[in-house]
Formats: sequence, structure tokens, C-alpha cells
Amino acid sequence: MAVPKQAGLLLEEPLIFERSRPGREGCDVAGGDDDPTAFLPAALVREPIAGFPEVSEPEVLRHFLRLSQWNYGTATTFYPLGSCTMKYNPLTNEAVARLAGFADLHPLAPDDTAQGALQLIWELERILAEITGMDAVTLQPAAGAQGELTGMKMIRAYHAERGGARTKVLIPASAHGTNPASAALCGYATVQVEGNRVGLIEAAAVRRAMDDDVAALMITNPNTLGLFEREIMQVAEAVHARGGLVYLDGANLNALMGVAKPAHMGADVMQINLHKTFSTPHGGGGPGAGPVAVREVLAPYLPTPRLVRDEEGWRWSEAFPHSVGRVRSFHGNFGMHVRALAYILALGGDGLTRATQMAVLGANYIRCRLEAAYHLASPGVCMHECVFTDKGLDAVGVKTLDIAKRLLDYGFYAPTIYFPLVVSGALMIEPTETESKETLDEFVDAMLRIAAEAHATPALLHDAPTRTPVGRLDEARAARRPVLRWTLREPKAES
Amino acid sequence: MLDVVGVPEVADLFADIPQVLRAQARADLPPGLPELDVRRRLEALAARNTAPQVPCFLGAGAYPHFIPSVVDHVLQRAEFYSAYTPYQPEVSQGTLQAIFEFQSVVAMLLDLEVANASMYDGASATAEGVLMALRLRPKRRRVILSRALHPQYRDVVRTYTSGAAPIELVEAPLAADGCTDLAWLGDHVDDQTAAVVIGYPNFFGVVEDLDPVARLVHDRGGVLITATAEALALGLLKPPGAYGVDIAVAEGQSLGVPMSYGGPGVGLFATRGEFVRMMPGRLVGEAFDDAGRRGYVLTLATREQHIRREKATSNICTNHGLMALAFTVHVCTLGKAGLRKLAIANTAAAHRAAARLGAVPLGAWQLPFSAPFFNEFVIRGAEAERAWQRARERGVIAGLPLRRWYPELADALLLCVTEAHDDAAVDRLIEGLS
Repeated sequence: MAVPKQAGLLLEEPLIFERSRPGREGCDVAGGDDDPTAFLPAALVREPIAGFPEVSEPEVLRHFLRLSQWNYGTATTFYPLGSCTMKYNPLTNEAVARLAGFADLHPLAPDDTAQGALQLIWELERILAEITGMDAVTLQPAAGAQGELTGMKMIRAYHAERGGARTKVLIPASAHGTNPASAALCGYATVQVEGNRVGLIEAAAVRRAMDDDVAALMITNPNTLGLFEREIMQVAEAVHARGGLVYLDGANLNALMGVAKPAHMGADVMQINLHKTFSTPHGGGGPGAGPVAVREVLAPYLPTPRLVRDEEGWRWSEAFPHSVGRVRSFHGNFGMHVRALAYILALGGDGLTRATQMAVLGANYIRCRLEAAYHLASPGVCMHECVFTDKGLDAVGVKTLDIAKRLLDYGFYAPTIYFPLVVSGALMIEPTETESKETLDEFVDAMLRIAAEAHATPALLHDAPTRTPVGRLDEARAARRPVLRWTLREPKAES
Repeated sequence: MLDVVGVPEVADLFADIPQVLRAQARADLPPGLPELDVRRRLEALAARNTAPQVPCFLGAGAYPHFIPSVVDHVLQRAEFYSAYTPYQPEVSQGTLQAIFEFQSVVAMLLDLEVANASMYDGASATAEGVLMALRLRPKRRRVILSRALHPQYRDVVRTYTSGAAPIELVEAPLAADGCTDLAWLGDHVDDQTAAVVIGYPNFFGVVEDLDPVARLVHDRGGVLITATAEALALGLLKPPGAYGVDIAVAEGQSLGVPMSYGGPGVGLFATRGEFVRMMPGRLVGEAFDDAGRRGYVLTLATREQHIRREKATSNICTNHGLMALAFTVHVCTLGKAGLRKLAIANTAAAHRAAARLGAVPLGAWQLPFSAPFFNEFVIRGAEAERAWQRARERGVIAGLPLRRWYPELADALLLCVTEAHDDAAVDRLIEGLS
């Protein structure tokens, strides 16, 4: 164990495999004492897996609780990670998702024995349609990126049926990386559309880029600079005029609830990230949920099965011959659907609008308090997030990365850094509506102190973080000689 | 706050949005409810799901298993669930080390060199495996899917591969014993075949002998992929890597994750070390700080969408990290001995139930497939669907009628028996189907 002891609450914890002692067991398993070759040919049976952990239940608990203490999460820390909408995850959501009627429900249970789940899905589909102004919704996609893939497959099916195998998709330079990746997965070539001086997409630029070979424009609104695309309606018109469709990346829907509906902007299809806007937990990297909402013209292509309702109740139907098919098993991340519905019921229509308003107010408050100390990428009012840069700090040798790492020492997670790619040294801050003014002030004060430190004592930034279980890790070396798993070694190598 | 921002009203912050949009933006939804009322609403919906209240022998890609209390306790730690993708490693070591441990146990379970940080589910992991095989064999356009591969996995592969460069998906038929037809594979796997995908165990619970399949596929230069819907099976069965499988994927729901009407589960994805730079998804690797302290970071990100954009190996961003944690905690709690015991308990329970059904008076049920099975099996009998309906009236869900996906097996049911079914439940099944 190479890790030196640390003081106080920062407890050392090895890999679970390094806690292993031969013969130790973490639980009693009943009925496992048969000779397996009574049921299976010996050639098909493996030996117990060498290297698998042999630890007691208390050791497992202690191990993972210690690991949990090495994490910042929204529950413990302000987490201004731009574009990720790290809002509070209400605890009641966790409780309702664990109700036995939901958690223990088999996905192939006959429809008449799962009517509560089907009603829940039905209601959530309609609520999301109401919030976005769209006509139909599928909850099947597992995450935002899978929602994008689903949407682009539908666009492809739409054009194929109209005889035009269009080959290109327009994507602004400020887009999330998933947009071009999803379009490419559908066989499209991507054409980058540049924003104007402040980073907005102009209808004229789209009109110039449009031709009869463009299947769609993928656009994020508000965009990743936190700006509302003011010409969005004209942009959509320009796309539609040449027979293209508009894919709206709904990652930033938290800025729009009750203030603008994507359908009215001219969007034909969009994904909704339940783990961003609708408070389902981010889980340390998922599970998310990426429902897709469409206008009537694309509804025939939605994934199957689709939920239908008749006199006897709700049931799944495969009778949609134009569907793009299935993008994952079963019915999507149902556990996340339960949580999202609980959140929406708790807030109600006006509460959702209020959430958007407070998210936007919080972002603007941070923007105004920091714009004297840091360079703002786009001046003026922002929506739910604001983007600063490290411009002006190069003279003292301080970069965005240093600011981010110093924030960790002050007890804050860092903003999204070096994204969007169109901004050099970007620091993208999204506070969300669930933070108090006091928390925003503490964060701002830390940022201001860091700005002062950058000039007075830049070493504090370069050496940061120092109050974390590990310091900056050598990522270049990690990638050059990747060690991606623990490997069982001969006992003598352990010493 | 408004003073600092310099606007009299919050509404003024939305002036960039065209008035015509703002005017019609209100969502027509009921007012918000207190927590107690929300709880009651959802409890009422949960209570309308009657399936969890009766003995249920459905498997087919989602499996009822007991989950030790320690798993959900760890899962409810908000330090884990309220974090996101560990972009700042110094304050995400908990998530990162847990993923590193997940990658390690998955690699050992599938017996391959590297595993990624998780995919959405077994079906999309299968599709990503096929896409990776096409990258490994860029000149080949044919992919063969066993008809005994989970029908939804086949559907998802079809969706993922449609639209891109033309790919020919071919279905390998079933043999009489419930395995993929080996003779057919011998005739059809050729130098245009990029990949062959086999369920292991397959949709019918059958454990296929992969040795001849692997030899055949590799002789002709193809990539062999296995998809395991019931990850627990690999605690007892010869693992994919031991057959020389190139890409092994699985659905990990059965270890630590409730069925939750089919999601979220967790996709497992493992391959050979030499293919690591072709892999989809996030990877966590070991790293050291200046003081020589060991830690973990996201690594080899140059494969991924946020760097490579349209040239990425996959569009996946958010994966199923929390379910990967559940899987890891459950596997660690079971440990080396417990995992195997649990797998044995499952196969024993399924074999005993199958034997009892085979002994039902008048020989109403046969086991049509002679190949070995794990914890699922097919029974066949005249008027199977009427028997299934009768069982339902007696309060038992007697597995899955296969007609829906296999018209040629319209008189057959797929049953799953696990450690979660006690003797009384199995008695009810036997009575229900008698």
C-alpha cells in the first residue's frame, strides 16, 4: 500500500482487493452447497474467480463509506458544473422510487398487472409534452446522448420516407460533443456553423449553409455560452424552408420552463435530460434519462413499443410500422421516470417556472458580482449559466485549470472548464435554482479571493489543490501507460 | 440580488426571448403538492402494479434477486448519487476508485483484460460491441446475430446499425437443442463476416458451447461477441474470455439492482487489452500525484465525444455509474465464495423446478431443449398459453409465453427460477401449470 497515512477525517482506504483475506465472506448464501456438476457439464463450470474480494460485510460498508467521503456531491457541496444542471435531488424521490410496486416490478409483467407504471409513464409523457409544447414523447432513451441518437434516427427515417437520403447535419461550433457524435452514428457528415461575434447563430449564416442535402440543424438553446438564441425562430424557418428539420438539444431546458416552449421556437424534435432539469440524481455519472419529444410530423417514427390507451386501460403496442425501432431494452430508465414525476408534482406548473426564474437570476447574480474580476466571454444578460475565461491572467501564469483546482481547496466543485470549445480557457458556471444567496456569495467570495491570489501569490493556485485526498494527478502518464484494473499478483509481490 | 443584477424584476432577465414565445410559454399543469400528497399519489400508482404481489417466474433479461441491505445503504449515500462524472479527480476519488474496482471485477467476471466504466444496459452494450467490431474489421459489412440472442438486443443492434454505412444483419437459426445452429454458422461465416453475436446463456437460458463457435469465427477472421443477460451466470459458467471471445457484454442488473420495470440496469463491456483504444465509453485508470500518492482519473479520453466529436468511438456521455456502484458493492459482499454459491443456488433451484414440471401428471410439459441451462428454461406443452392464463387466474405469473417473439415456439413458456423464489412460490407454479 503506497498511500501514506493521512490525518483526521481524511482516512486512507486501499482497493477492496487489497483488503481481501482468504476465506473471509461477506454474506450467507442459502442453497449454494450443491455440486454444480449435478446440473451442468463439468467442462462448462468455472472455478471460484481468483482475485475476487474476500471481505466481511462491515469491511464492505466501511470501504464504500470512506470512498463516499472522498467525493464532492450536490448534497455536500455547491457544484456549479456548467451545462450539467447540478440541482438538489429531493430525498422524497429516492423514497418513492423504492416503493416495492415500482422497484420489484418485472418489465415483462403483463400490462394489466402494471397499470400503475403505465399510467405513470403516460402522465409523464404528457407533462413533458406540455412543458415543451411538443405533440408526442417517448421515455425509452437511457440518457441525453441516446435521446439525440434516437432523434437523429427519426430524422433519417423521415427523410428516407420522403425519398431524400440527405447526408449532412449543421451543428454550431459551440455544441456539446455528443451532437456531432450522435449525428455521425446516424451516418451524417457534420457541417460546422460559426456563431457571430457574441456567439449567437444568425439566421443568415444558417440560410447560407442550408441546401437540399442538409437533413437537420442540431442546436442548443440557450446555447452553451448561456445565451438565448435570439434568432431561433428565423433560424428554424431557414432550415424548414429547404426541407430540413430542427433538432433542439434540450440539455439547457432548465432555462426555459414557463418562459419559452421549444415547439414554438420551431423545434421538430428534442431530448430532455431528466437528470438535469427534473432533479433525478446524476449518480456519479449516470443513470440519466433522455426522453425525446417530437412534433406530430415525426411521431410515426418514435421508438417502439409505444404506450396506447383503450377502454381496458394502458398497454404497450408495437403497431407502428414507421418506427425507428428500439434503442434499449424494455421501457427506459423507469426508476428515473418515477423520480421526475415526483419532482414535477411537487413543484407544479408555477413552481417549474419559478425554478427557471431563480436559476437565471442566480446565474446573473454571479455574472454581475464576478465580471469586474474575471473576463466574461459574452457581455450582457445570460440565461441559466455564465461563461468566464482566464483572459488577462496569462501575464501572471495562471490558467483556468489553476482557478478550478484552487476552488476545490475552498470547498467548491469546479465549474465546467475548457468548454465550450469556442471560448479559450472557458469557466462555465451554472448555479441552479436550489442554492441560496448565501451560498452564491460564499462562492463569489472564493472566486474573488482566488483572483487576488492569482496576482499576489500565484503559487497557491499552481499548487492547488492541497486540501484533498490527493493532489493533481499525472493524467498524461496515466494515458501513456494505462492501468485500467487491479490484477492479482503472486503473494510475494504484495509485501 | 435584483439590485446587484440591476433589473427591477426577474422577468426582465428574459428580454432576449421573443415576446411571442414568452406569451404562450406557460405550462398548463396543476399547482405543486406537499411531500405527503406526492407520496400518496405515487403510493397509489405503485399499488396499482399487482405483479410484484404474486409469484412471478419471468426472467428474459430482468431477474429477481435478493439484494443485501448494504448495497442500498451505499447507494443512498448522497455523496455518491449527487455527484456527476468525475471531471475533477481530486474531489471525486470515491467515484473514481469505485469505478476502477467495478472495471476490475467486470474484467475478472468476463475473463477479459479490460472493462469500461459501464454502458446503459445489455442491449445497447451489444450494439456498441457490434459497432466496435465493425471498426476492428472496417472492410467487412456482415454481422451475424444468433436467433437465440435476446430479441430486444437484436432489435437494438438493428436500430444502432441502420442508417450508417450499409451493414448486412443476418440471423443464425436455432438448432434443435436450443443452441445456435453450428452447421449453419459453418456454412455462413465467411471472410465478409465482421462479427458473430451469441447469447451466453442465450435467451432460452441455454449455455452454448462456444469452443467450436470461437474456432470457426476466428478461422475466418471475424470478431466473436457474447452477450449475457443474466450476469450472475458468469459466477459459475466458464467465462467468455476462456473461450477466446473478443468482446463480451452483459446486463448487470441481476447483481445489486432492482428490476424497476426494466431500468436503470447497467451494461458491462469488456474486451482484449489490444483493443482498448477502440472501446466505447469512459475508462478510469490509475494515476499518481507529485507526492507519489495513488489515485484514479478518467483516461484515454481521446476516444470520446467531448474531445473527438464526430470521430468518437461512441456518442455515450452519461453512463450508468450508480448502478455500476450497486453491482460492485453486491459483488464485493458476495465475494469469491458467495458469488459462486449464489450462482449454484440459482441453477439448482431452476433444475429442481424443471424436474418437478417434467413430472407433472400426464406428461403435460416437456423440456424441448437438451442443452444445459442456468436459471431459465423452456417448457413446451399442448395449449401452453391456456395453461399460462389459467395459472394467472390462480395468482401465478408462469413465465413468458414465447409466441410473441418466436412463432415457432407458440406452445412454449420461458421460466426463470432464482434464489428469490421460495418453495411455496415454486409449489404455486407447479399447481398453476398442472
